Formats: sequence, structure tokens, C-alpha cells
Amino acid sequence: MSAITQTSILEGRSGTFARLSDFFWRNPKILLFLMLAPPLLWLGIIYLGSLFALLLQSFFSIDEFSGLINYEFTLDTYRQLLIPSNFDIILRTVVMAALVTLASAVIAFPIAYYAARYARGKWKALFYLGVMLPLWSSYLVKVYAWKLILAKEGIFTWFLAKLHLTWLLDAWLSLPVVGGNSLSISYTGTFIVFVYVWMPFMILPIQAALERVPGNLIEASADLGGNPAQTFRHVLFPLALPGIIAGSIFTFSLTLGDYIIPQIIGSSRLFIGQAVYAQQGTAGNIPLAAAFTVVPIVIMGFYLWMAKKQGAFDAL
Amino acid sequence: MRSDRSASAPMGLKIAAAAGLLFLHVPILLIFLYAFTTEEKSYQFPPPGYTLKWLAVAWDRPDVWAALGLSVRVASIATAVALVLGTLCAAAVSQTRFFGRETISLLVILPIALPGIITGIALRSAFSFAEIPFSFWTIVLGHATFCVVVVYNNAVARFRRVSGSLIEASMDLGADGFQTFRYVILPNIGTALLAGGMLAFALSFDEVIVTTFTAGQQQTLPIWMLEELVRPRQRPVTNVVAMLVVLVTLLPILAAYYLTREGDQVAGAGK
Repeated sequence: MSAITQTSILEGRSGTFARLSDFFWRNPKILLFLMLAPPLLWLGIIYLGSLFALLLQSFFSIDEFSGLINYEFTLDTYRQLLIPSNFDIILRTVVMAALVTLASAVIAFPIAYYAARYARGKWKALFYLGVMLPLWSSYLVKVYAWKLILAKEGIFTWFLAKLHLTWLLDAWLSLPVVGGNSLSISYTGTFIVFVYVWMPFMILPIQAALERVPGNLIEASADLGGNPAQTFRHVLFPLALPGIIAGSIFTFSLTLGDYIIPQIIGSSRLFIGQAVYAQQGTAGNIPLAAAFTVVPIVIMGFYLWMAKKQGAFDAL
Repeated sequence: MRSDRSASAPMGLKIAAAAGLLFLHVPILLIFLYAFTTEEKSYQFPPPGYTLKWLAVAWDRPDVWAALGLSVRVASIATAVALVLGTLCAAAVSQTRFFGRETISLLVILPIALPGIITGIALRSAFSFAEIPFSFWTIVLGHATFCVVVVYNNAVARFRRVSGSLIEASMDLGADGFQTFRYVILPNIGTALLAGGMLAFALSFDEVIVTTFTAGQQQTLPIWMLEELVRPRQRPVTNVVAMLVVLVTLLPILAAYYLTREGDQVAGAGK
């Protein structure tokens, strides 16, 4: 009897590692602190520190004559955002982001719905990889591929010529805002490439939301006399909405901040990202660049708040 | 038998889904075609002829090799840093409850949720403020910051599935904390870490927006490509490099998928 009671309470282990391990077991808070300190220091100091430093700069202004930064608190820089040429940039970017999000949702929905409801086994894996590979493959290569496609002598023109539809392209390009000399230097081109590059981010959240819709719900709707359009409108769409909103966070945010796509494929009119790049680079106006970056941060903050209210984060 | 699965999809849905997937894949496949074209000056389609010449030309270009080497070194070190930080953070968040837990998840995701240009310009102005000259390490610093989230996502998803009783059983059998980590936790999370590491590598290898702000005169492969896109010098070489980049990023993604597909989580969700 006594032998059992003796061994049931073990003595402290010997050896450095064992003693250290016992110490952590008794003081889990210290272990937690040691685990969290490196990542939090890295992200807190390097990332948040830089971010706050940048935001701070937006409250300074630049001296127009010397080009030096004037370290006095002012809202002048923000006022500059509202002058027509700058405000146009913001408006143009937000409208583009909204249109890209809308188009991405329309294209992504059938893929997500098919993958969630009909694809099984091998097909399901194939659909998954079919979305993941374009999502992860190189951003620049994707943009480059579209430069090949949309160039005047490229595949798109060739394809339309084969279909005898060149007149349609010419008619579209002669339209005032969306047109241009060729697709690769028009808003239409920018829009297509944005949709192409960010659309995969929309598919997976919608699919996740649709996976949770029981198939018999759709059948119940049909049994009760709903035609497919009504079923979509009143059953499927409301249930998929959190997923769509979750996906739109990506498409919207990524379009807001991008500066490479409109630079390579697009007209010479600026988007927010390009404005930031130009202001911090050639113009050397860091305060205005910082103020410009505040715009997407505020828009995304508001957007995330709305999304959270709609329950979109459960679908991520 | 349940009747809630209809046998096949409506035709319209099939066509829309197939068209959507084609839209995603055809442009990338075209890159492979253009790498072998004989046309040098324009993007003419269909290519007038096919040749293997450009592979050899690209092979002999020292600037391509230098950029590739820099990209691989940056991605390796950024991945290593992200693996350590992401795993620590994931372990702390999933194994314990403490005040501010949700905030930490938000903090980890923030570098990727905010547009890359914000991360880039913030780091750049911080470097110039602290008078740190641009170097190899400033690129790594930027990359590691947004790679943490990929490792973190994969590790958190796996930690959720490692049952706590397994760890308690190991402790009950007399293993200390380090032994438990070595023999119980690590084998369980190993593949998730490998998958996360590969995705982090792919992400870093491909990153261009943050890099344009944190690199000085040095060119990573994406920067080299961007330069060629803005001011084309030798288009066929660019085509070959684009094909190479697709292949290099393809492999880690496929590997990551096979490493994590048994699980209920999604390896690359929320890039």
C-alpha cells in the first residue's frame, strides 16, 4: 500500500530541460508570454509601428516652396484630397472596386454552386485545385498574360476576327468612357484584368456558405411551387449572401489598393494606388501619399464593420 | 436513400461553371504557348512558328539568374521567420484562452487584409525615418510580416484538431513539456507546418507590391518582371521567365494541397 502512495506523488524531475518544463507547467502565464512575445513584437513594432508612423505623417503638410515636410499638426493635407482632381481618383477607384466585386460575384457563383452541390469525389478535388491554382499563381504572370491577350495584335482581336465580330469590338472601343485606342489601354481592359485576378478570392467563401445549405431546402422550395428563379431569389441567394460579402472583402480591398494593373493595362488616368505611388516617389509628398492611404483604410474599416453585422466572418 | 441530391446539374449551371473555370485557366496556359513563339517584337497570335531558342537565351542571362537567386534566398529566410512566429502565435491562441485573443488574430491577418501598397509605403517611410538603408534584410522584413498569416492559418486549423487529451495523456505518462512537443505535438502538426511553409514560400516568391517599396537597387524576380512589363527589352525572355514562375509556384501549391487534403481545413484559404 505504502509503495503506491509513494510513487503516486513524483519528485521534481532533474535535468535542465525537465526542470524548465516543470516550471512552465506551474507558471503557464510565463510560457504564454514567451510564446506570444516574438510574434507580437514583430508585428507590433515593425508592422503597426510603421503603420502609425505613416498615419501620423498624413497630419503634416509639405512646404510648397522648399519641398520639405512641415512638422506641424494640420488637416490641410486631407483638404487636398477633396480638390476635384484628387477626388476624381478616389471616386474612380471606388466605382471600379464596386463593379469588379459585382462581376466577380456573378462569375464566381455558378462555379461555387456547382462545386458545393453537384461535384463529388474526384470532381470536387479537381474543382478545388481548379480554383486554388489560379488564385495562387503569380500575380504578375496573370497580368502579363492579359497583356498578351488584349494587345491589338493579340489573341482577343484574332478570336473576334474569326467570328466576324470585329465591328463589335470597334463599336465598344468608340464608346466615350470605357473605350480607347485598344482594349489594353482602356478602362474595359483594366476592369477585365481586375476581375480575372481577384475573382478566385470570391469563389471559396461562397462555396463555404453554399456547402451549408441542405439540398432538401432547395427541393422543398420547388415542392412548394417555386420556380428556379424564385428559389434562387428567396432561398439560395439569402443563404449565400454572407459568403458573397466575405468574398467581396477581398475583391474590394485588393482592387482599392492595386497600382500595378492600372499602370500596365489601362488608360493613363490614375487610381488611388497609383496616386500614392506617384506622391511618395516622384513628387516626394509623403503627407499627401499618407492621406491617400487613409482612404482605403477608412473604406475597408467601414466595409468590415458592415460585413461583421451581416455575419460574413462565419463564412470565411 | 435520401433524395436530396438530384442526379445531375442543370445544363445552364454546368455551362456557366465550365466557362468560369476556362476563364481562370486559359490565360495561364497561353503563357506556355508564348514561351515558344518565334515572334520577337509583338504579341502576335497565332504565333508564326515555334522554337526552343528562347529557353537557351534566358538560361544565359545573368540578370535573370541574379534575380532568381535573390528571390529564392529572400523567400527561404522569410518562410523560416514566418514558420517560427506563426507557429508560436497559433500555439498560444489555440491552446490557451486569454484576454485579447481575438485581437491577436486580427493583428496577424491585418498585413494581408489591408492593401499591399499600405504595408509597403508604411515600411518604406519607417525605414527612411529610422535611417535604415535598403538591403536584402529590408526585403525579408517586409515579406516575413505578411507570410506569418499563411503559416498561422494552417497551424491554427491543425491545432484545433489535435485533441487536448492526447497532450494530457503524454504528460500523464511522464513526458515533460519538451518531450510532449517533440513526440506528440510536432508529428501531429508537421504536415500543416510544411504546407503553411510552402504557401508562404510561394507568396514571398511572387510578391511584388510590398517589394517595390522595401527593395533598393536589388531586383527580385517579380521586380525584374515588372520592369520588363513597364519597359520591355526582350519579350521572348520575359515569356520564358513567366513560364518558369508559373512552374515554380505551382509545385509548392500542389504539395501543400496533398499535405493537408485529409483535413477539414483549407490550406490556402484567405491568402
